[in-house]
Amino acid sequence: MRKFLIIGFLFLTIIVNGQDKIKIEESDYANQQVEMADVMRDNGKIYVVVGVVTVILVVLLGYLITVDRKVTRLEKRLETSDKNHSA
Amino acid sequence: MVMRKSWWKIVTIILLLYVVIGGLLMDVPRLNILNETIRALYFHVPMWFGMIIMLGIAVYHSIKYLKNPSAERDIKALEFVNVGVLFGVLGIVTGMFWAQFTWGEWWSGDPKQNASAIGLLIYFAYFVLRGSLEDDEQKARISAVYNIFAFCALIPLLFILPRLTDSLHPGNGGNPGFNAYDLDSKLRLVFYPAVIAWTFLGIWIATLRIRIKTLQNVLDQ
Repeated sequence: MRKFLIIGFLFLTIIVNGQDKIKIEESDYANQQVEMADVMRDNGKIYVVVGVVTVILVVLLGYLITVDRKVTRLEKRLETSDKNHSA
Repeated sequence: MVMRKSWWKIVTIILLLYVVIGGLLMDVPRLNILNETIRALYFHVPMWFGMIIMLGIAVYHSIKYLKNPSAERDIKALEFVNVGVLFGVLGIVTGMFWAQFTWGEWWSGDPKQNASAIGLLIYFAYFVLRGSLEDDEQKARISAVYNIFAFCALIPLLFILPRLTDSLHPGNGGNPGFNAYDLDSKLRLVFYPAVIAWTFLGIWIATLRIRIKTLQNVLDQ
């Protein structure tokens, strides 16, 4: 009986409501009261930001690829030398 | 082996470029307090997703190590912890930066901030533990056990404690100004690929480190 009551009460917790989440509306994309980086978008300077971050990303990714290739080459060398020695 | 395959690395590169360019240029809701910083969502939050996934993989390797000890398993566990902690540190630092300009201070004593700092400290202790043990087998075994404990401590710290009390973080307790930032479909368009991209990047870095360590071990023999 007690177990049944406890489980029953636990199920009641489904209806609990803490904060109500405020949905993001279409108007949130269009309103003009909130300041955003519109000036930067207007005068095209936003592309400087995009460009800077992209360049950094591309260079770092290029470095990752270089290291990856070097490690693959070393692994292959090790495999062939293993084959030669055990042959 | 998966570590050498290229397809997921190419996916990573493409997705990362999409996240950076799209994340900065695509439309976002114009919300008070957040303004344009809402775009940090695509970078700060995936750091944490990435961290949990990396540390989860590390725990998997630690458990496997305890069942069947081998040096390779230990290297895998270690390197995934390395990248996981790196992501965690990046997450905290970017979070502090974001907080300074939206919540008004670098550190607000928010439960999730505190819990993530504690969680990271627990993982820093993992490295101290490894450094303090000389014998390789002992080092691997004890740190595997500690790794499991650390992960089990991290989960309630990050996901349960912050929800039990008031928190500034969205999704936990709450502050009306931030509840408005419920993930909507336009944000999801960049957010989901971001999580995938940053996670794959973490796996790429971890697997590279594993391969290099393995090579070093073979050459040292």
